[in-house]
Amino acid sequence: MAYFSQQLINAITLGAIYGLIAIGYTMVYGIIGMINFAHGEVFMIGAFISLIGFIICSLLGIGSAPVAIVLVLLVAMAFTAVYGWTIERLAYRPLRGSFRLAPLISAIGVSITLQNYVQLTQGARPKPGGQIVSGGYNLFSADGFDVRVTWLQLIIVIVTVVLMAGFTWVIARTSLGRQQRACEQDIKMAALLGVNVDRTISLTFVMGAALAAVAGMLFLMYYGVIDFFIGFLAGIKAFTAAVLGGIGSLPGAMLGGLLIGLIEVFWAGYFSSEYKDVAVFAILVLVLIFRPTGLLGKPEIEKV
Amino acid sequence: MAEQQPILEVRDVATFYGAIQALHGVDLDVAKGEIVTLIGANGAGKSTLLMTICGSPRARSGSIKLDGEEIGHLPTHQIVRRGVAQVPEGRRIFPRMSVFENLQMGATISDPAHFQQDIDRVFAMFPRLAERREQRGGTLSGGEQQMLAIGRALMSRPRLLLLDEPSLGLAPLIVQQIFDAIGRIAREEGVTIFLVEQNAYHALRLATRGYVLVNGRVRLSGTGRELLANADVRSAYLEGGHA
Repeated sequence: MAYFSQQLINAITLGAIYGLIAIGYTMVYGIIGMINFAHGEVFMIGAFISLIGFIICSLLGIGSAPVAIVLVLLVAMAFTAVYGWTIERLAYRPLRGSFRLAPLISAIGVSITLQNYVQLTQGARPKPGGQIVSGGYNLFSADGFDVRVTWLQLIIVIVTVVLMAGFTWVIARTSLGRQQRACEQDIKMAALLGVNVDRTISLTFVMGAALAAVAGMLFLMYYGVIDFFIGFLAGIKAFTAAVLGGIGSLPGAMLGGLLIGLIEVFWAGYFSSEYKDVAVFAILVLVLIFRPTGLLGKPEIEKV
Repeated sequence: MAEQQPILEVRDVATFYGAIQALHGVDLDVAKGEIVTLIGANGAGKSTLLMTICGSPRARSGSIKLDGEEIGHLPTHQIVRRGVAQVPEGRRIFPRMSVFENLQMGATISDPAHFQQDIDRVFAMFPRLAERREQRGGTLSGGEQQMLAIGRALMSRPRLLLLDEPSLGLAPLIVQQIFDAIGRIAREEGVTIFLVEQNAYHALRLATRGYVLVNGRVRLSGTGRELLANADVRSAYLEGGHA
């Protein structure tokens, strides 16, 4: 029981990070029907900007962890959003209206470019991030085992829940969110009502990148070490989360992220940590075979 | 009507879908306050013309002017911002949005200060929409969707309203209601209307003037009454049970 509870806490933390990345995949897919394979690298960029941010904070002598976290969070979101915007502008927009595979290939190109760019500018060796938040709280002890939630895990879950709630509110209630949903449902009609479709698509990339930056910062704090290649695996897992939840569905991405976190952690905890990635990708294959629309996905054709 | 400055001026417009030419040099005018109809068979290019006026697809050649200003090069959302609204073919209601949200989308370009006034006006015109304001657009009946599409277009306070086959697939009683509403929009709200129809009888009775489009070219034009009386129009578009 104690072991199980501990795994559950770890799984929710990891699931939160995957969920934040998955939102970017699902929103971009929803609005322009393309898988942004460079999104994992955007997450990686966010992690590096966070690392630089934390270093600058410590150089400036900002000793308070909450202040540093908030500052770095905002800076990482802003800078990574610029990356998201630029990628769309340079690599995808010129290909709009081209054949379906063109932006996908372009995305793979962006992904490789960003990996190499970070490898060149930051070096190939893993970068330690240092411990920004330490300590935790012992929930209970059983079977000679302490079930512990660290402050860091608590921060990760709270930041994720707050951001997801805020984000859901933006999509459901604001005029920007309404325009995004309109573009997702019928992009031509949205234009006929005066929606600036290009701007709306840009903003979707900006929002997805900002959330990926948060995931990058949380990843850096949680694992304490990053390198230029972290975007690949985390990106594919978050993509799996988006597909599992139903690509195009926002609550689906959140649920999918949580489930992928659970599967990965419990597989590693009860079977073998070597095959945890295999377990995650086996889920991707099973979903694609038996339920291609995912858990909360919409069927392809809706009668209008 | 010819002495008035036209709100819409289409000159020698040619539109292509890839290599296929859909419009072959179309000329027409719509003057302020008129109800002008464009009739023609399936595939004649009627919807293409309406979409070309809205810049999607763009005309490959020719000129489209709104109030004397060229709009052919503008992106769709900027043409719409100049006062053009379209009720498109197939209505294109946002299926997973409520009636209210669909109307909010219609008000995308308008001043939020007069949102309440505009939506009250739409609900007064189509009380059915008020009853169903929280219902998802995709679950409405065809007639209700058509009302919503027209209401949504009116939310932007257009000066020129483009309607693409608003009667398509609707029961005769509903068709009558829709045409009555279009007449009222023109008379009471002073909106200029350009109406594309296969239902030539209803359209020509309502319209001040009409054009007949055949294979991407304007074949005939005249007042609604003239066209109703024209032998070619009668045999091609009226006799065959439309009325």
